[in-house]
Order: sequence, then C-alpha cells, then structure tokens
Amino acid sequence: MSKPPLADSTGTLPGSAPPRLSRPPQQAFNAYLKRVYIWYTLGFLFFVGAVAVLERLRMPRVWIGYIFLLATVVMYAVIGVMSRTSDAAEYYVAGRRVPAVFNGMATGADWMSAASFIGLAGTLYLQGFSGLAFVLGWTGGYVLVALCLAPYLRKFGQYTIPDFLGARYGGQVARGVGAAIAVLCSFVYIVAQIYGVGVITARLTNLAYEVGVFVGLAGILVCSFLGGMRAVTWTQVAQYIILIIAYMIPVVWLSMKHTGNPVPQLAYGAVLEKVTERETALLNDPKEVEVRALFALRGTAAEEKLNGLPASFERGRGELQRALEAAKALGSPAEVIESAQKAVDTYPKDAKAAEQAWRKQAAVKSRSTAPAPHGEPYPGKDEEARNAARRNFLALVFCLMVGTAGLPHILMRYYTTPSVREARRSVFWSLFFIFLLYFTAPALAVLVKYDLYTLLVGSDFSKLPAWVNSWARVDPSLLSITDVNRDGIVQLAEIFIGPDIVMLATPEIAGLPYVISGLVAAGGLAAALSTADGLLLTISNALSHDVYHKMVNPNASTTLRIGVSKAVLLVVAMMAAYVAAQKPADILFLVSAAFSMAAAGFFPALVLGIFWKRATGLAAVAGMLAGLGTTFYYMATTHPWLRQLFGVRASIAECTWWDISPISAGVFGVPVGFAVIVLLSLVSRRPNRDTDQFVDQVRYPNLR
Amino acid sequence: MQLLERHRAYWRSNLRLTAGLLAVWFAAGFVAAFFARDLQSFNFFGWPFSFWMAAQGSLIVFVLIVWAYDRAMNLLDRRYGVEEADE
Repeated sequence: MSKPPLADSTGTLPGSAPPRLSRPPQQAFNAYLKRVYIWYTLGFLFFVGAVAVLERLRMPRVWIGYIFLLATVVMYAVIGVMSRTSDAAEYYVAGRRVPAVFNGMATGADWMSAASFIGLAGTLYLQGFSGLAFVLGWTGGYVLVALCLAPYLRKFGQYTIPDFLGARYGGQVARGVGAAIAVLCSFVYIVAQIYGVGVITARLTNLAYEVGVFVGLAGILVCSFLGGMRAVTWTQVAQYIILIIAYMIPVVWLSMKHTGNPVPQLAYGAVLEKVTERETALLNDPKEVEVRALFALRGTAAEEKLNGLPASFERGRGELQRALEAAKALGSPAEVIESAQKAVDTYPKDAKAAEQAWRKQAAVKSRSTAPAPHGEPYPGKDEEARNAARRNFLALVFCLMVGTAGLPHILMRYYTTPSVREARRSVFWSLFFIFLLYFTAPALAVLVKYDLYTLLVGSDFSKLPAWVNSWARVDPSLLSITDVNRDGIVQLAEIFIGPDIVMLATPEIAGLPYVISGLVAAGGLAAALSTADGLLLTISNALSHDVYHKMVNPNASTTLRIGVSKAVLLVVAMMAAYVAAQKPADILFLVSAAFSMAAAGFFPALVLGIFWKRATGLAAVAGMLAGLGTTFYYMATTHPWLRQLFGVRASIAECTWWDISPISAGVFGVPVGFAVIVLLSLVSRRPNRDTDQFVDQVRYPNLR
Repeated sequence: MQLLERHRAYWRSNLRLTAGLLAVWFAAGFVAAFFARDLQSFNFFGWPFSFWMAAQGSLIVFVLIVWAYDRAMNLLDRRYGVEEADE
C-alpha cells in the first residue's frame, strides 16, 4: 500500500484542482458569512411578520400554506444556484472552509430530521419518561463523535467514510463494504424523509401526497445537484435558522399562557407536578373508568368474532340481514330501515376484509388501560416488566448514541472544516444547536399535556375547540374524539391523539394565529429537506467517488467524476421518491433500523482503526459484516413485518433475547463487531509499517 | 517519521483525557438512567430528579464534555508542539 494522501493543515488536497479565483482569507470569509446570515434571519422574521399582517387582512388560510411552501423552497433553490460548483473539493467537502459555528448549524439541520422535528414531541407526549431515550440517545452520540472520530477523520481529510476505511484497512474490500453499508443505511433513512416531506406538503397546501413528494424532491435536488456539499452546507445553515425559530415560538407562547414564564425549559417542572396531580385524579374518576371499561368490552367482542372466523362472518351478516328484513316487514319508521340498510352495506365484503376490520376494532382494547404517569420511569405491572422496560430504555439509548457516531452523513460533515481544531470546536457547536431543540421538546410535551388534561378533558362536547374539528377532519387516524359513554363531556380516555400531530397542532392549541402553523410546517419541511440533502449526497458520493472513481475507473477526470455523481444523485432521488410514494409500512421502524445498522456496521471498525494500530484489514471487513449481520438477523427474526417478509416460523418469544425489542438490535451487533475485529486481528498478520505511519498521521493534528 | 517521546506523551495524555470524559459520559447517560426509579422521589426544583436528569441534566453534561474536550485538546496540542499552523 502506498502512503495514503493526507490533507495538510490548511486543507488543500494533493491532486485536487486549484481553488477557483483567489479565495478570501478565512477571517474575512467568516465575517461575510455572519453578515449574510444575520440579514437572512432578519429578513425571514420580517417575512413572517408580513404574512401575519396579510392574515389580519383576511387572506385565505390556504394561501398562507402556499406562500410558506413556495417562499422557502425557492429560497433554498436560490442558495443552491448561487453555490453551484464543479470543483471537486467544493463539490465534496465545501472547499474545507466552513467555520465551526456554521458547520455546527449545518450539522444540526442535517441531523434533525422530520422525525425529530415533528415526531419527537408527540412521542414524548405519549410515552412520557420512556420517550426520553430519544432525547438522551440523539444528543449523547455527539460525545462519541467528538472524542473518538471527528478530529481524526478531519486530519485524514479525504471525502467520504469509505475513503477512510479503504486507506486504513488497505484495500478495496474494506472500501466496498463500507460503501455498501453507507448506501444501505442512508437509503432507508432518506425514504422516511421524503415521506415526511410529502405529508407536510399535503397538509400545508391540500395538494395530493404524491404531488407533495415530488415538490419536495425538486427542493432537495436543486441544492445537492447543482452544488454538492457546498450548496447543501449553506442551505442547511439557512434551514437550521428556520427550524429553530419555528420550534421555539409556539413553545414560548404556550409557556407564557400556562406559567407566565417565557423560558419553558425552566418553567415546566411545576407544570409537570400539576400534570401528575391531574393524572392521579383522572385515574380513578368514575367516568374515565366507565369509558375504559367500554373499550375493553368492545375489544373483547371484536376478539371473539376474530377467533370465530370464518363462521362468525356469515353469522354476523345473517343477523344484520334478518334485522333489515324484520324492520321492513314490521313497517318500521324510514330512518330505522335506513340505518339497518346502512349496517348491511358497510358490513365487510368477505371474511378477509372482516378479519382486517375486526383486528382494527380489537386494537381499541389498548385504550382500556390508563396511560402510564408521565414522569414515572419504567412503568410496569410487576418487577419483571419494569426491569424489561429499563433494559429496553438503556439498549435504545445505546443504539441511538452509537448509531449517531456511525451515520456517514453526519461524520462526513466534519471533513468540511478548515482544520482539526475547528472540527473539534464544530462538534461542540453541533451538539449545542441540537441540544437547543432536544431540551425544549420534553417541555413542549408536558405543556401540551397540561393544556389538554385541564382545558379539553372535562369540557363540553358541543364546545370543542376549533383545532380539534379541523384536525379530526384531516385524518381521523391522527386525532379523534368521540363521546364513547354519551355523557356529553370529554373524558381523557375518549381522546385519541397520534404522535405526528402534537407538534403540528401546537400553534393552534396555544391559540396562535394561523401564520405560526404555516411557520411550523415550514420548519418541519426544512428539517426533512436538510436531512434528505445530506443523505442523498452521502449515497451519491459512496457510489460515484468510492465505487466508480476509486474502484472502477481510477483515471476518471474530475469533471467526469462529478458528472457521474450528479447522475447517481438523480437516479437515487427518483428511486427514493418512488419508494416513498408507495407509503411503505412501518416507516419509524425503518429509521431506527438505520441507526442500529450504522452503529454495528461502522462504529467498531472506525474507532479501532484510529485507536488500535493492531487492527487488520481482514478483521475489520469480517467485523463490519458480522456486526451488521447480527443486527439484521435479530431484526429479521423479531420484527413482525420483517418476519413476514422472510417467512420466519419460530415464535417471537423464542427469537427474543432478554426482551430487547427489534429497534435496539444494534445492542447485540456492536459488541459482536468489536469482538470479531479484536479476535481476528490478533490471529492475523500485524499490519505493515505504512499503516502504522498512517495511524500516526491521523492521531496528531500536525506531526512534526 | 519516527515518533519522539514528546509525541508518545501527547497520545498518552489524549487517551487519559478521552477515557476520563467517556467515564463521565457513561455515568450521565447510562448509570443515571439505570437508577432512575430509585431517584424519582427526590424533587429537583419541581421535577422528579430522574426525569430532570434524562430531559436536561445529562444533556447539559454532554455539551460540557464536548466543550471541555475542545479546550483541553487545544492546550495539549500546544504543550506538546503538535498544533496546526495559524491561518
């Protein structure tokens, strides 16, 4: 193996094209960026204010949606066009002159996906303490990035993560396996983002979901296609600013409303106390008990019908038909006959449809149990259930943390800073900007819960707030409130609320004007688009740079390489949009799966490659495959959807290890990956001197 | 090039620092969460302590770890003469 090229401390690469024109010195560039983004932020706030004025002048609501969608996507497109480039260093790593603070913001936007922005607050609302695993995992991972990876990857100073694996483990095999894992994790993840874009666009504008997907796709492509990493970086900074403003405004407002304190993060402790009091009161409230009993009854009835299939299907249909005929024969009033006719018409067409419908009905049984108290860690009926809940919590935290430190679209960002020192500082800023959102989300969940538990529960059905009706109309699977026990009063057990709606509905719950709803949707769109941009670039770089340039055609010119990259980008984006348009089931599971796979596939090989000179190429390849394989095996045997796909026969209980749920499969894969690399390295031949020197080069910011 | 004693000492200090900070990370991220049920009755400015730790306390510790690492490594770089040239 020849000595791998390393970037010198100023960041210019051997063999890369000379920088275009004369570069401004870094300090002047930093000042310029600061000016541009301050004006941008002020401009954006002014824009929101202007739309608010238009709303006061009675502009129709749907226009507000269109204005936000168009204005933000066009703005991203303008940044994309302004940053267009075909210079390799600019295209792959934004010219390596992104200052720490701005790289921190870009990483923040890259990192926070539709799931973080829209889903997290809802998950915290529904799961209480258990949901905090996401908050812990998605921040704590940056400690691993900072301490174990970012500075060393920056010193290495090439373009992609497979680049590092190829150079350290001396060969095309390690590079190829790395590229394959990078594509696998990122593709799974990008489908979820495009799905999120489609959903938000559809909400914001009444366009069809599929149209929304392709509008979003255009927004993504115009950035990454024209300007690669350079365009993506500067757009992501802009997107971070929008998403953080959009997240903070409704929470601050809600906090003012309920506590009189504009800093929700300080104020919600007292609100949590009140929520807990209210939960205790509602737990034994006779009306609540009555509604929960009704749900238990309905669920059991549906279960009985399910168990009696197919005979129960015929019997049910016969009963309804007889009732209709009896009503006709007796000359009952028209509305009685009508409703009996309707019952016959809406009865499932065949046994298969009946099974589906009844399975849904049987699922309401879960609503017969009271929700666990919000602040209680690891709730469970007995000690064993509580311990299993704790194991799962810790396992999920572990997978999310290690997965963060293994996801290539995040690690790649640290190649773009001007120096190792800036890379370290940049992880700090990344975590700080991410922290701002993650330590606000639990406050938001508690405040929304307090609002609903005190204002909505116990209110009159005839006086439901407007947002309840408007959201229930959009999609009853997101929000539905029905008077189950017909007492005219809303009980907690009568409210069904899905995780994705909590954040989107918060502005309306807080009583804010509709312009803020548009702003929140634009923030969600920014979060999804920015993550999709980063992922798309990772995939296309792995395929064009690692596979095409380094493995297939090493003599390709820069222009050809970037051309190939852009072509791959287009094809991958189309494929992802196509998959997302099918609305694949279990999208949240796919996202978590990406974390577990990245954790097991990349983390052991990357960390040992830096910290243990003895790690050999053969062992690293085996370790990556074994870690990924273990993770995948566990998911395939324990997750219902994958079990069906692979036709697993053994029962779930037999396949489950220590009650760990499939999303935390990485907790097995990571140790296996480490163990395989260590054991095989010890029995294979010591790496040569070149590798030794390579590791030394990576370890010291400036070896002299 | 051949590593000097100065370089080896730099790497040893770096490993010590990294290991120490990872221990803090482990304590804040996992040990605190492991004992969450035992710590919940302790009231911390209105929050049950374990809830506050998982929602804010541990996160603040993570931010501080990364901040401290950045500061400490810059010092180490200069002390052992491996810092990058100024731009």
